[in-house]
Amino acid sequence: MSPLAKLLEAALFAASRPLTLEELATLGPEAAGEGEGEAEAETRAALAELRGAWAGEDHGIELVEIAGGWQFLTRREYAEPIERAQFALRPRRLSPAALETLAIVAYRQPVGRLEVDEIRGVDSEAVLDKLVERGLIEIVSRGEGLGRPLLYGTTPQFLEILGLKGLDQLPRLDELSVALRPPAPAEPE
Amino acid sequence: MTAPSPTNPVLPEQSGFVVELEQFSGPLDLLLHLIREDELDITDLPIAKIADQFLAVINELGLNQAADYLEMAARLLRIKAQLLLPRRLGDDEWEDPRSELVRRLLEYQQIRELVGWLQQAATRRAEQLGRGYAPPSPELPPAPLEIELNDLLAAAERVIALIPEPMLHRVVPRPLDVEGATARIQALLVAQEEFGWSDVVGARPSVVDVLSAFISLLELAKRGALRLAQPAPFAPVVIRRESPREAA
Repeated sequence: MSPLAKLLEAALFAASRPLTLEELATLGPEAAGEGEGEAEAETRAALAELRGAWAGEDHGIELVEIAGGWQFLTRREYAEPIERAQFALRPRRLSPAALETLAIVAYRQPVGRLEVDEIRGVDSEAVLDKLVERGLIEIVSRGEGLGRPLLYGTTPQFLEILGLKGLDQLPRLDELSVALRPPAPAEPE
Repeated sequence: MTAPSPTNPVLPEQSGFVVELEQFSGPLDLLLHLIREDELDITDLPIAKIADQFLAVINELGLNQAADYLEMAARLLRIKAQLLLPRRLGDDEWEDPRSELVRRLLEYQQIRELVGWLQQAATRRAEQLGRGYAPPSPELPPAPLEIELNDLLAAAERVIALIPEPMLHRVVPRPLDVEGATARIQALLVAQEEFGWSDVVGARPSVVDVLSAFISLLELAKRGALRLAQPAPFAPVVIRRESPREAA
């Protein structure tokens, strides 16, 4: 492997979160003297080399592109025995209410609580608070309307727990089996 | 794309209404469940039927207290009423009163489909473990304390001084001797027709003596063995033998 690939390997091993291409590009010894684009291109090539080195049947872990970055993860077939031995825990499953709220925030972001309540048909304040606490959504701005409501959006952590590279990997609405007209403006009661 | 394919979330088969509150995440969820169960056409909802079922289920589940469900029940009944109103012929303005509900149901159904997708993605992601699940701690470890022993002791004294004096109660077992007091009083009753409080408890009674004597006096008075009298407020209590003749 090239020296840069080995350096990336060490950095990815040391970090317990996905590292983005931009973050990894700052590692290169020549990074300072080079243009940004050049450093990123070199990093990208080294990442491809590194991923190739860990691909295949010879290893228990693999390099995965996730949440806008790269991370070493164990191969799927080993999760069960590792968990059984209690060396690591899978993250807690999300409740249907939490997933509903996450889906709405993901597709409507930035979105306020009232809109979430309206779509779900139930008060969602507690669920939103819990999701903020778990770092899956965050307050991204304030709306224009009365009281300048808080608007929520998803975080990289949201992508991470779903194993997505980015929001564009979510299913497109027109791919779903339920057809839906575009959201109508709120009708007066 | 490695993400799982979208599928509909599957509700467990239900016979009758043996359902848990937890099973529905809201009134829309319950409505969708009823619609799916009866294989109804969501765009041409038989409102009267679905309204009755909805009311029956929320009564059954005790959800008729939950505001969100009640609001939906009211909405269904209003739509039902609106559909019963006669329509003028050729009224182009008429809008199906169900359309808003249908729009919300479709929207919610779409969300449920996405929930199924997200659930599968999360389950699949959970098959791969990262290095340690401890969240990254950005805080730096605290700097080592630079402090003199005397400063430390002074600080400790300041803290100790702030601790309020503890309130301690000593609990001492001192059982009341009501029986003993009763025996004493009965002996006095035999000897004297009338006697005072101090004859019963002595010159320097303890709290327990006073309490025992008092309880026993009250008890004997209740039984009609003696009569208690106090000529004036705070005057010494006078105890008089109660003869059966006098009582009668």
